[in-house]
Amino acid sequence: MKSIEELKAIRDKARAQMNIREENEDGNIRVVVGMATCGIAAGARPVLNAFVDEIAKRGLHNVFVAQTGCIGLCQFEPIVEVMVPGQEKVTYCKMTPEKAVRVVTDHIVNGQPVAEFTIGEATK
Amino acid sequence: MRELSLNILDIAQNSVAAGASRVEIEVREDTAERTLLIRISDNGCGMSEETLRRVQDPFYTTRTTRKVGMGIPLFKMAAEMTGGSFSIASEVGKGTVVTALFRTDSIDFTPLGDAESSVCALVTMNENINFVYRRRLDENEFVFSSDEIKEVLDGVPLNEPSVAKWIGEYLTEHAESLRLTASPENQGGQSEA
Repeated sequence: MKSIEELKAIRDKARAQMNIREENEDGNIRVVVGMATCGIAAGARPVLNAFVDEIAKRGLHNVFVAQTGCIGLCQFEPIVEVMVPGQEKVTYCKMTPEKAVRVVTDHIVNGQPVAEFTIGEATK
Repeated sequence: MRELSLNILDIAQNSVAAGASRVEIEVREDTAERTLLIRISDNGCGMSEETLRRVQDPFYTTRTTRKVGMGIPLFKMAAEMTGGSFSIASEVGKGTVVTALFRTDSIDFTPLGDAESSVCALVTMNENINFVYRRRLDENEFVFSSDEIKEVLDGVPLNEPSVAKWIGEYLTEHAESLRLTASPENQGGQSEA
């Protein structure tokens, strides 16, 4: 059973890493998942969980996952936006947990956006 | 929606949009009565009588980017098609309470699915809202409050991935333990159903 003691240990570890991060506040990468009715019905929740799991597994402390509402492209949901500071925002569509793992490894870790999952590719 | 837990996630987003500082999510299963009750209450901005009347209409939305609002109508339909009931009460400045009762022995009953996953997503994505989650199975209850977790975290954000992962696992384990501690009599009732 998960205990509060365990949470305290996670807190202390996270805090130690946060101190390093604060010096470099603008360097944070943001992953934004669309979580309106359309996104949820299309499967946004497992996509969100896959991002959180993969980011936690890799111990990436400069990446934050957030949610947003409907951006009016319901047919492309689940939609995920990845914002890397200093680079153009990349919008991924029709996401799945498997695609999420690839976005973390290729785009977030290795800096190579996955062109085939982008909205530009889907509307061609 | 494939699971009722997705409706929970969706309806609770309305509470977030209503500027609530406290949102309570109640999931109550009664094995003997064969019912499942889902209630989402918030202290957000509430709705006027006029809005409240129209909110169950799928062609009504307060949004300007599109013309449909499916959240409430989908949840209502899911409850009513099992022979259950749906109600929504709201007062401007006080908040809103959405209640859906499902008959679990109906062929049209949508499974609850992973309610804890929905609660985890809500808790970790909304640092400033206190989510209280009550999961009840017959006489056993598990209560979670995000404010209590925030107290332990002492400034470390809820959306820190390692924290979010812990919260998800914590919720899942406690919900499962409700099932394990359920009395054998009730478990027997369930297998007969």
